[in-house]
Amino acid sequence: MSKALAEAFERFSRNGGGEGPTELLTRRREAWGRFAAAGFPSSRDEEWRFTPVSAIEKISWTPAIEPVSPPVPRELDPYRVGPPDWVSLVFVNGRYDAGLSQESGLPAGVSVEPLATALARQPALLDLTEATPFSVLNAAFARDGAVIRVAAGVEVVHPIHLLFLTTASAAAQTVQVRSLIVVEQGARAQFVESYAGLGDAASFTNAVTDVSVGAGAWVEHSRIQRESESAYHIGLTRVEQQRDSHYRSFTLAMGGAIARHDLRARLADENVETLLYGLYLGRGEQLVDNHTVIYHDRPNCRSWEVYKGVLDGKSHAVFNGKVLVTPEAQKTDAKQTNRNLLLSDGAKVDTKPQLEIFADDVRCTHGATVGRLDETAFFYLQSRGISRSAAKRLLTYAFAAEVTAEIASVPVREALDRLVVERLGGLE
Amino acid sequence: MSAMLEIAGLRASAGEKEILKGIDLVVQPGEVHAVMGPNGSGKSTLAQVLAGHPAYTVTAGTVRFQGADLLDLEPEERAQAGVFLAFQYPVEITGVTNAYFLRASYNAIRKAHGQEELDPMDFLDLLEQKLKLVEWDSGIMSRAVNSGFSGGEKKRNEILQMAVLEPALAILDETDSGLDIDALRIVANGVNSLRRPDRATIVVTHYQRLLDYIIPDYVHVIADGRIVKSGGRELALELEAKGYEWLTGIAEGAPA
Repeated sequence: MSKALAEAFERFSRNGGGEGPTELLTRRREAWGRFAAAGFPSSRDEEWRFTPVSAIEKISWTPAIEPVSPPVPRELDPYRVGPPDWVSLVFVNGRYDAGLSQESGLPAGVSVEPLATALARQPALLDLTEATPFSVLNAAFARDGAVIRVAAGVEVVHPIHLLFLTTASAAAQTVQVRSLIVVEQGARAQFVESYAGLGDAASFTNAVTDVSVGAGAWVEHSRIQRESESAYHIGLTRVEQQRDSHYRSFTLAMGGAIARHDLRARLADENVETLLYGLYLGRGEQLVDNHTVIYHDRPNCRSWEVYKGVLDGKSHAVFNGKVLVTPEAQKTDAKQTNRNLLLSDGAKVDTKPQLEIFADDVRCTHGATVGRLDETAFFYLQSRGISRSAAKRLLTYAFAAEVTAEIASVPVREALDRLVVERLGGLE
Repeated sequence: MSAMLEIAGLRASAGEKEILKGIDLVVQPGEVHAVMGPNGSGKSTLAQVLAGHPAYTVTAGTVRFQGADLLDLEPEERAQAGVFLAFQYPVEITGVTNAYFLRASYNAIRKAHGQEELDPMDFLDLLEQKLKLVEWDSGIMSRAVNSGFSGGEKKRNEILQMAVLEPALAILDETDSGLDIDALRIVANGVNSLRRPDRATIVVTHYQRLLDYIIPDYVHVIADGRIVKSGGRELALELEAKGYEWLTGIAEGAPA
């Protein structure tokens, strides 16, 4: 347990724990109590076996503060997705920045408000159920984030971008943000959630995002984690889907010294479709962990999951994909694939599919591979005049592009594609 | 006139196993040479060794291409120098479009010659003409390289690449295998339309059928890693009639 965090919570709660009624503070105290009792997870905890977080625990974190010199709009250009008139909500060191955001242009029926405002009205938004060690820590501190509501039947044509930036001044500071996305019955919407570092600070972002997908709704949710490679990032995304809904997620993880993302999708009613695509890129000594859980609670649902990793240097990837099929979830169709490409001798992967199936009339498959680039493919490209190093970049890109190609929104797909190409050192 | 390709005493192994046991062959500009032979004779190995396949080690002999030591070059340098291998089994590259791959390849070769790279729009114009050679429309260019292509489409794609890259020396490694008669005609037309007095072609094939369409100047028969007989076009017809057994002593259960 971190003394600095305990002191920080003490100060925070003495000042009222952010704007809001007493009930909010009560919830925060409960959350903190739970975190303080359990502490940071250790490698004895099965869920954290391959992901030591002692490096995070050792640092004396203080809650992030506003930077002395806030970023200017131009600094945001590399992190934007789509044209500038698309709606974007920008958070700097965990606090909403209206000046950097683009709020106008929201279609009728879409409401957006900062979490701080929403919490003041509705403290119960700090949901402590289905908690993880880090989600209770988040509930103790989180003051900001986005609360977005898309009313029934509304179609949001362009993606709404939630951009969480950490400044270079945020070393040893922790950013606790929490967002809530509600897409009501029959609505269609796309979201991009980005986490990026301006500079190379060893900050610690701990983010929680809840997504509620109403009956018959369609949602595409892309999560881009491109924080500084000195930073720590822990993220939890919880999704709950109602009857006949379609949710597709794309997760790109490429930043952070230690980066962990938990994605939990609950298929809470019949005829739900869930597509989870992921791409993680590790290099240097990065540790990138993706844990996914798909809860097949009800019959006649389909889940399709493809996570791919490219690991270079001495990087280490962890993938854990759980699929839980309840006894009543007959006719479940679930397929999970995890493929890893090792670009160096020092890189390693721990991959673990975990299927727990309690219904008998289901089709559930999984497969995991760890491999290297194919020498025959190298030769093919070289025989066409392409150098070995360019062939390596092209083949690696090709491996990754199989997942990015699944993003339905073309501008988002193109932005992510550019990001991947850039990371690989460019293509000729 | 100096030879385009001069192979002398070429020996090559895959691991411990020697496959080429002393190949001598001279190809002049403008010529078409057919290299025939039974399965396992080493004819495909010869094609792959010339392109620099890493699975083979050259243990003896020399190969000079346009006067330079070909064996000293990396596979990409051979391609940049003007050697092209049409693969027997073209590789599928999911995630990269045919258009991107072809342009990357074309530009890599231009760059090696100090020429300016072609932008995507100009390249599309070039591609339009080349697609006609293989009787294809541009839809094929947005598909991933060879991914899900039929056997015939893959071979046609090889010829399209060859048409775009315009190599000085084209080596076709059993390009006819698995082709129906229409695909064979298209592939052969593509090859023939690229023939020029300053270019040469080596056609590696098991059957004489392709040679009805691509007329060779010379025919060589490889058996057990050596060229056991060379002749003109009539040699191919003789092989068609008699099989390989009379030359090699190997019984050929070749399917018709």
